Amino acid sequence: MLYIDCPWCGKRNETEFHYGGEAHIARPEDPSALSDEQWADFLFMRKNLKGPYAERWCHSNGCRRWFNVIRNTVSHEILAVYKMGETPPDLGPKKGEGV
Amino acid sequence: MTGSHRTQAGGRIDRQKKINFTFNGKSYVGMEGDTLASALLANGVHLLGRSFKYHRPRGIVAAGAEEPNSMVQLGEGAVTEPNIRATQISLYEGLSASSVNVWPSVEFDVSAMNGLFAKIFTAGFYNKTFMWPRDMWIKLYEPVIRRAAGWGKAPTTSDPDIYDHMHLTVDVMVVGGGPAGLSAALAAGRSGARVLLIDEQSEFGGSLLSLNRQIDGKNAAEWISETVSELAGMEDVTLLNRSIAFGYYDQNYLCVLEQRTDHLPQAMRKGKVRQRVWHIRAIEVVLATGAHERPLVFANNDRPGIMLAGAVQTYVNRYGVLPGRKMVIFTNNDAGYETAIDAKAAGANIAAILDAREEADGELIEAAKALGIRILPGYAITGVEGGKRVKAVEVRKIQKGAKVYTSAPERIACDLVAMSGGWSPVVHLFSQSQGKLHYREEEVCFVPGTPVQKQSFAGALNGSFSLSACLEEGAKAGAEAATKTGFTAKAANALKVDEPAMGRIEPFWIVPGARPVGEGGAKHFVDLQNDTTAADIELAVREGFESVEHVKRYTLTGFGTDQGKTSNINALAILSGILDKPIPKVGTTTFRPPYTPVSYGALAGRNLGDWSDPVRITSIHDWHVASGAEFENVGQWKRPWYFPKAGEDMHAATNRECLAVRNGVGVLDASTLGKIDIRGKDAAEFLNRIYTNAFAKLGVGRVRYGLMCHEDGMVFDDGTTARLAEDRFLMTTTTGNAAVVLDWLEEYLQTEWPELQVYCTSVTEQWATVSIAGPMAGKVMAKLAPEMNLSNDDFPFLSFKEGTVAGLKARVFRISFTGELTYEINVPWAQGRALWEAVMEAGAEFDITPYGTESMHILRAEKGFIIVGQETDGTTTPQDLGMGWIVSKKKPDFIGKRSYSRMDTSRTDRKQLVGLMTDNPSEVLPEGAQLVFDKNAPRPMPMVGHVTSSYYSAALGHSIALALVKGGHSKMGETIHAPLLDKTVTARIVDPVFYDKEGEKLNG
Repeated sequence: MLYIDCPWCGKRNETEFHYGGEAHIARPEDPSALSDEQWADFLFMRKNLKGPYAERWCHSNGCRRWFNVIRNTVSHEILAVYKMGETPPDLGPKKGEGV
Repeated sequence: MTGSHRTQAGGRIDRQKKINFTFNGKSYVGMEGDTLASALLANGVHLLGRSFKYHRPRGIVAAGAEEPNSMVQLGEGAVTEPNIRATQISLYEGLSASSVNVWPSVEFDVSAMNGLFAKIFTAGFYNKTFMWPRDMWIKLYEPVIRRAAGWGKAPTTSDPDIYDHMHLTVDVMVVGGGPAGLSAALAAGRSGARVLLIDEQSEFGGSLLSLNRQIDGKNAAEWISETVSELAGMEDVTLLNRSIAFGYYDQNYLCVLEQRTDHLPQAMRKGKVRQRVWHIRAIEVVLATGAHERPLVFANNDRPGIMLAGAVQTYVNRYGVLPGRKMVIFTNNDAGYETAIDAKAAGANIAAILDAREEADGELIEAAKALGIRILPGYAITGVEGGKRVKAVEVRKIQKGAKVYTSAPERIACDLVAMSGGWSPVVHLFSQSQGKLHYREEEVCFVPGTPVQKQSFAGALNGSFSLSACLEEGAKAGAEAATKTGFTAKAANALKVDEPAMGRIEPFWIVPGARPVGEGGAKHFVDLQNDTTAADIELAVREGFESVEHVKRYTLTGFGTDQGKTSNINALAILSGILDKPIPKVGTTTFRPPYTPVSYGALAGRNLGDWSDPVRITSIHDWHVASGAEFENVGQWKRPWYFPKAGEDMHAATNRECLAVRNGVGVLDASTLGKIDIRGKDAAEFLNRIYTNAFAKLGVGRVRYGLMCHEDGMVFDDGTTARLAEDRFLMTTTTGNAAVVLDWLEEYLQTEWPELQVYCTSVTEQWATVSIAGPMAGKVMAKLAPEMNLSNDDFPFLSFKEGTVAGLKARVFRISFTGELTYEINVPWAQGRALWEAVMEAGAEFDITPYGTESMHILRAEKGFIIVGQETDGTTTPQDLGMGWIVSKKKPDFIGKRSYSRMDTSRTDRKQLVGLMTDNPSEVLPEGAQLVFDKNAPRPMPMVGHVTSSYYSAALGHSIALALVKGGHSKMGETIHAPLLDKTVTARIVDPVFYDKEGEKLNG
């Protein structure tokens, strides 16, 4: 069970959170301007990386706030936690690979 | 005979305290401090059970958690537990246990004839045998083979014991209370850090309890007791014995099972918590889990009386038991010699030590020689005499690399074989923590590789088997862990240890005999619990299973309650030999939790019955109960399902309830509907983006029905939303989906459109909702709210009013889920019951009828109204539902819009919502029934859809159904069939609105 450091509440067990998938996939400003392929890419395609991965979590059984987490999908180590709208922190060339 | 195999003195048992127990119905006496295994051995009992497939007689092999054989059924009645290892059961007064997998008795077992059919029980026999024909499943496989291959029996009544869950956060957790773990805990504890030390045994000390050692000039026992009492005196140190770490998960989350009363007589357990599951978060973890001894793989190495050498040493030194009087030792390392020396000192006769190594010298070998023990270097056991107990062994000179030994055999009589094939570090928890193993050629074992979490390793787990190394590594690891968590710690000075020097180990994975392995009657067991032999592994490879994971599954090696603690390394070493690949290249199988079995009771803790899940009830619930309602669970809510009158079944009750709503007036408790208060200057804009239809221009006081879709265009919730004020809305959601919808709204507000000023609040439990529906609803309403103008002009459909109803401040909505004139009255939650009773009183003269969710479902289906999750399944668009009218063509964007022009969503042969009328008006189709156009089509028939809702409509006197059918919208009037198990039902495709198509009844 992950131990997630909510930016508002501190470290809590994973059972208090909901997973929200890959982070930094903005909803297109004007979906009607996109081709079917581009829209399908937004809808369905995700990186599914092995290694550090920026993803969204919601503290749904706590403060109900959404935030970003960089988690190593192999070791499950949580490398960084940052608020919505913030840019991902620089983890250095090795740790931040793939973000 | 009692205690006839006890040594004269010594051990950690209390010889004054006798304990009575029974095994297989026979009475025995043991001593305080015994395990069931040691007490049985003290009574000369070796034969404990029969093996899994071949029903061969089996005895005790080990002295701890790694025991593969001696599983027993412990206790009787409600507290009986199957498959508990006798080596882990602390003896208590009145204990009663019996063998598993035997019939009629362990001495004479019918299924032992399986051994005669051994050829069909080889590797993969499940895969090969349990195939066709299907009848054989019913006649043979299930009743006969599965029963013969079972183990213990689960209790048939519910568990009467109490279990707790505990939560603890510590700086340093030390797993394992042997010499390494004790010194780690001491070093960390002295720094002031919060430390947890756990050990699975009844007392701390680990291997020290079995060995004759001196630490700092003191007996090991004295050192243990001094160390434990110093730890116990530390305020921030927690000590848990009889506690086994069974799972190591992400970010140093470990689960520990503490056995609190299992060692007590039944009478002393009453009212006490039997076991606790501890949920631990540790900043640093020190693993000091020790090592398990490996068996040697030789012909018929499974006979009772063949044990691990270290286990024999444990029984002699710790429990004061001589498991045999005439022992043969078979070893490939020095440890076996110490067993021989200790056993001889305790009174055993050592017939010979067979050393697989050609050359062996060193302190222990010299000591054994000095005692006059016969030593045979370069010798191995190639045969065993005796079925239920070893009687003699056949030994031969080893011919290195040969598949057959032609050397002359010698017969050595004995009643016990102590074997040592080296040591396997207990890497299970490290593996569970996702760590990769590293193979140490010199020590012939796998040890933890690079740490993957905040963890460190000490002692035998590291392949450091000497006591001095254990103490030193433990102290170092404990001090370092404490330092990393911010405390100042130093490893104490090294302690002076007296211990014999241990020489090298020489790998010796399989012992052939006069015939090659797998030929003749002899079996070379690798996994005793699963009856896997070396020949099975060879067979698996011949049949193409070369990956270690495939071999495991095909031969069952490493499965079962012991998870291959003694067999895994031997199996993969033999595989490595067959494949001619080095051991590290073959790799290991995955170790998964739990390390040892955990009962369901412990996992459930107190989350039982009413505590297993929250129950949500409305403020009117007690009235429903008193009125004899049957309930249905909707999410966590209890909702009245129907209100049967005396003698009515569900069908009669719902017929009556539905007709009352259609012809008179009915009342429904709709309090469970999700309600979300949405406020802020951008609330209208927000709803306009969330719903498929327009909300921006909804007037204050008006209500609108809306569909919510995901970005992929699929429907995921629906409900009505009222505009309470310019900047305030009240949204309703389906009962089971309220929390999900709130999360969804928050997600968009926080992640996509943070610029919108909108605030969402769940008010589901702030408002009780009573819905009055039917042609007479207006008359009831007029009595309840005499001052409210109920005329259709002033209070039209899809509007709401605030006012006084039955003297209560209320919001009244004119919406309808039945097609009838409906008033949904909302009052503060606590007044729900008062309102309900006022409604019942006012409606009495119109015979107002309470109805439940079943009638609600029928009434809405008569009108063709969908239920999300019933007519939809996450692949259904509004257009599929025939609800294109609710999808705005004018709005430039809303969630889902772009997806309606995707190729897949614009197909004309999508499954579309239609109504079905069966040819036979009383035939109610089963929900979920598959539909076909051609009932004579050959199988597999092309399926074109399924029934989503199906009921008997009393108002129509006909069954009705809703269904999703491929291209259904263009197939009105066509015939369709539902092939069922015993018949085929034919129906006509019709419009999904069955009742009052023109909507004339909406205004009463």
